[in-house]
Parts: sequence; C-alpha cells; structure tokens
Amino acid sequence: MAEFEPVLSRNWNVTDGHTLKVYESRGGYQAARKALTTLDPDKVVGIVKDSELRGRGGAGFPCGLKWSFLPKDRKETFMCVNGDESEPATFNNRILIEKDPHQFIEGILIACFATKANTAYVYLRVEYFHAYKVLEAAVAEARAAGHLGKNIYGSGFDLDIWLHRGAGAYICGEETGLIESLEGKRGWPRIKPPFPAIEGAFRKPTVVNNVETLCCVPHIIERGAEWFKSIGTPKSYGPKLYCVSGHVNKQVCVELPLGITCRELIDKHAGGVWKNRKAKAAVPGGISMGLLSAEELDTPLDFESLRKPGCLGLGTAAVTVMDEHTPIIDYLYNCARFFAHESCGQCTPCREGTGWLYKMLKRIKAGGGRLEDLDIMANMANNMGIMPGTTICGLADGAAWPIKNGVAKFRAELEEYIKTHQDPAYGATTLQAAIAKGAYAVPHNGLPPVINSVPTAGALRSPHSA
Amino acid sequence: MAGETTTATPMLTEAIREKIRAYIPRYPSKRAVTLPALHIVHEYFRCVPYQAMAEIAEILEITPAEVHDTMSFYGFFPQAPIGDVRVWVCRSISCMLRGGEDMLNHACHRLGIHPSETTADGKLTVDFAECLGICDFAPAAVADDGRMFGPLTPEKVDAMIDELKQERKD
Ligand SMILES: Cc1cc2nc3c(=O)[nH]c(=O)nc-3n(C[C@H](O)[C@H](O)[C@H](O)COP(=O)(O)O)c2cc1C
Ligand code: SF4
Ligand code: FES
Repeated sequence: MAEFEPVLSRNWNVTDGHTLKVYESRGGYQAARKALTTLDPDKVVGIVKDSELRGRGGAGFPCGLKWSFLPKDRKETFMCVNGDESEPATFNNRILIEKDPHQFIEGILIACFATKANTAYVYLRVEYFHAYKVLEAAVAEARAAGHLGKNIYGSGFDLDIWLHRGAGAYICGEETGLIESLEGKRGWPRIKPPFPAIEGAFRKPTVVNNVETLCCVPHIIERGAEWFKSIGTPKSYGPKLYCVSGHVNKQVCVELPLGITCRELIDKHAGGVWKNRKAKAAVPGGISMGLLSAEELDTPLDFESLRKPGCLGLGTAAVTVMDEHTPIIDYLYNCARFFAHESCGQCTPCREGTGWLYKMLKRIKAGGGRLEDLDIMANMANNMGIMPGTTICGLADGAAWPIKNGVAKFRAELEEYIKTHQDPAYGATTLQAAIAKGAYAVPHNGLPPVINSVPTAGALRSPHSA
Repeated sequence: MAGETTTATPMLTEAIREKIRAYIPRYPSKRAVTLPALHIVHEYFRCVPYQAMAEIAEILEITPAEVHDTMSFYGFFPQAPIGDVRVWVCRSISCMLRGGEDMLNHACHRLGIHPSETTADGKLTVDFAECLGICDFAPAAVADDGRMFGPLTPEKVDAMIDELKQERKD
C-alpha cells in the first residue's frame, strides 16, 4: 500500500494556514473552480457517490446518496452544516475550522453547488468562540475574493454562508434538532419521515452534513473517487480524523486511513497509555458508541468492524482511553449523567430512562447498590432508543450503549463493587422491609396503614444473593 | 399576537435593535432570529431578562412566550446578570478521567462559590459544562471571551482565576 498522505490536515502546521492567501497558494479553491466551471451539479453528486464517502458526523450515512434523495423538482434547497460537535471526547471539527477554515468553506461551496443550495447555515456550538471568530473572518475574506456571493467564478451559481450559533445543547447536533433550533425553537428532534432531504429547514428540502464530511469533498473532486477509495477498509473509505484523549501520554487529533486499530492509535499516535500503565478499556467513538475492553483493542476503527465487539458503531472516531486504575462505575456514572443532562425530554423512555439510569448509578456509586440493579439497568438500556423503536432520536440509543457494554463486559467488577461498597444509610427502611416481606397493611408512623399488594419477585432482594 | 412592549422605557437600545434586525434577511422566517437575538442581548446585559424577551418578540413579530420557550430550553442564557467573565470547567469523560471534577471543585472552593454562581465582586462566574470540545487540553476549561485553559492542575486553576479576574480578552 502506498504511503498515506494526510490531506484534511495538510495545512495545520503551515504558518498562517488559516488565511486565504496561504490557502490559495497551496492550491486552495481549485477544486471548487473545477466543479463550478467544468462540471454540472449532478456530475459532482455522482463523483461523491462513487467515492462512497460516508458521513463523519456519527451515523456514517453515504453522503452522495443522501444528496441524491433531494426531490428533482425542488425550487429551493438549504444546506445546514453540523458544527454542533458535542459528543464527549470529540474535537476534530473545531480543529478543522480553526486551522483551515477555507478548506471547510470550499467544501461547503462544492456541496452547495452539487445540491443546488444557495444558502448554507453553519450551526456552530456556542462554546467554539475562537472557531467562530476564525470562520467569520474567513467567510468575509472568501466573499471579498469572489469565492462566495453572486455568480461565483462566472458560473451563475450564488451562495451565501451564514454562521448560526447554538446555545449549549447537545441535542442540537441531531440533524432535526439542529433544524428546529435554527428555526428559533427548542432543539426538539422531529419524527422522521419526512427526512430533511424532503422537508427540512423552513419546510424546504435540506441537506445536513458534518464539517469533516464536507472537508473531504474538495479532495475528492480534485483527486477523484478512485483515489478516495484507495484509502481505508472495505465500506469505510478515505482519511479520517481520529481524536484521542483521556489516559494517554499525548492527547491528539490525527489524520489516518479509516480502519486503523484502536491499539495502534493509542500506542503509535497518542504516545501510549500514561504513567506506564495498561489500558483497561477505551471508548471507540464518543461515549454513545459504548466501550471496548482491553482484549478488544485490536478492533479496526471503521464503520463496520465495531459491531463485532458489540459497539454501536464508529460514531465520531473519538477515542477515550481508561487506564487499569479506572473504576468502571465512574465511567458509567459519568456517561449516565451526561445523557440525563442532555435528553431533550420529548420521549418518555429517554427522559425517564436516562434520569433513572443516572439516579441508579449515583446510588450504586454512593454505596446503595443492589445486585439486581445491573439487570434492571441492562433491561432499561435494551428498551430505550430508535433501535427498539421507543424514541424519536438516537440520543437514547447512545445513552443505552455504555450501559449495555459496561454491564456485559465488566459485570464481575460491578458486582464486586456493589458487594464491597455497602453503606448502611442505603439499607431498606422498616416500611420497605415490611412491604418486601409481603405485609398487606403496614402500620406507618401512626398514619393510616400503607395498603400494599403482593410484592414482585425479587423486590429488595437480589436474585444473585438470595 | 405580537408582543407589546410593556413599559414606556424600552430596555433594548436602538443600536441593539438594529443589530438584531440586521439578521432578519438571512433567514426565510423572522423567528429564526431568536437565537441570534438572544445572543446579542446576552452580550450586552450578561443575562436575558423578561422584558428583553418581550422586546425581542416585538421585533421578530412572535409572542414573548415563544421567545421564552426557546430561551429556557438552552442552558446558556441566565435570567440575572452573571460575572464579567464566565468560565466553564468540563466534567465529561476525558476531563473527568484526568481530574476535571476536582478542578471545578478547586476553583469553586477557592472563590467561595458553588458551580453556576458569581463571585461577590461580580467579576467571575464559574460553571460546569459537558464536553467543551477541547479534550486535547483535558482537563480543560473555556471562558466566554474565547480563552482556553488546560491541561489544568490546581496551580493552573489558581493562575486561570487570577487571569480571568483581570479583564475580558475579546
Ligand atoms: C443525539 C445526537 C447528536 C448528534 N450530534 C452530532 C454532532 O454534534 N455533529 C454532527 O455532525 N452530527 C451529529 N449527529 C448526527 C446527525 O444527526 C447527522 O447524522 C449528521 O450531522 C449528518 O451529517 P453526515 O452525514 O455528514 O455525518 C448527532 C446525532 C444524534 C442522534
Ligand atoms: S430520544 Fe431523547 S433526546 Fe431524542 S427526541 Fe426523544 S427525548 Fe429527545
Ligand atoms: S471531555 Fe472535557 S473537553 Fe471534552
């Protein structure tokens, strides 16, 4: 295999690489010029389709195919670029914007030309203060130089790019939550169908793409679909920005061919596990994707391979490494707290499920765990999400996966934790104990008796310890 | 019904209103200007009081309830003024693994406040945040003028606080 040549990050270490002058001097905007002046939109869609570029935002949906779902007879199209980037441990979009904003703008330009969108909104999370400033300046530069605006390169194609800042909500990264938020409402995801390609922003056909997905596009136009497909593993083509953080020596974002193994990423590119320790587990692509155990670290990080160890997918390819001293309960608790905080609250299984998972893990962590909690949590996790068909969006699946993987892969450790961390303060009250024993009418502090039905099997008793 | 301004003296100056109106041509609907307007108001007042929401509603020809509904969904807009600088300390996974929660506690302890509170001199608000997207600096923090901090240690948190109490850098 030929030596891998990074393209997405090629300007990152160049002095003033974020300026138009330097970008153009390194061949920038040539792909856009080629597309707008020598190709027609359908041809561009065709090339991207042939490259089999899959969305980098988490779901891995084929980009060209998504573009081809737009109705042929549409009058107006909107492009919404997803720069909400809030999946824990993910920061590649930020670096792409900060270090090479013109590559991003060129990607938007070509994608808009292909999809016939004359307006693009870049939805950027508000915490990206610096990226916002850099991008705003770059858009102004590009407009002044004629890369944006009216009749670009004399092609007759017009494009405006507007930056739209979020306000601190993870759910606005979900494509229809993003659209609702853009429209000035709460970021409540919509029920699909209709998909955004048919009815999206302002009820018009809309394309939602991730920042990195669009940054791949100029290179595909410049070098061709075959070049793109020569990189990566089957069904996962092209270069990918991998983020590594947590217990490693060097927290980095590095561009590699899709399909590198998690172990190689950690050892070769992130300087290995810190403090000369061993890895205990790693999050493969943002916490929504679940967990790889130490034995599973040779799994290739691509769109297909992560299903084998039971993970949800590649997600954002953001790896978080945990060393051998990390209690799994801390990981589970942190994940559950995140999703309980970020659930938008529309769907009962997600709102209540994330809330209860968080409360249970908090109780277990504090010394009030019961062995049956593990089964209850696994059961809840199996029943919340679009996969079991109980919620509107995938946040709930993402909340379920750490629980599913964590309980399945680290059950022994969790049981041990529960057994060795028992705080008497969490013991059953007299009332609870009486109910569990099957008392029908329980006297209760001189108040009218609590009328109780027959207790369910296992109430307040552990199936494992009974 | 479009929101009526409830008092004789409007809260939003003509300059602020002009800034909000400038966003209207960017979108097919005026309501889409809600978040930009909230950001503009928040930048001026360091909070979004009810009257400001009513006035935004008037400009955008929607109801104050619609503005409030949107505003209250997001964690970003406080009702009462916050400090001159707001800093978020991350508590999500990669930062947590490297001591992020201790950094938050350390900052609050040193300032004698709880997360989400403002120091008595009105200079600094400290808040927790979920992943800030700067995990390469974990454990990390970001201030609302764009300054990033990390990887934090207790000493670096002290230095961060001293620096943030000086003045904004935007
Ligand atoms: C809860 C949730 C959060 C998401 N957050 C993001 C995000 O921050 N950035 C992103 O690009 N995609 C995010 N997505 C995926 C988007 O819904 C969508 O699939 C993606 O933006 C499409 O772009 P792509 O095809 O270019 O990847 C999220 C999905 C879900 C369910
Ligand atoms: S699954 Fe959760 S986050 Fe998604 S729409 Fe339903 S309640 Fe909201
Ligand atoms: S986990 Fe803290 S910045 Fe990402």
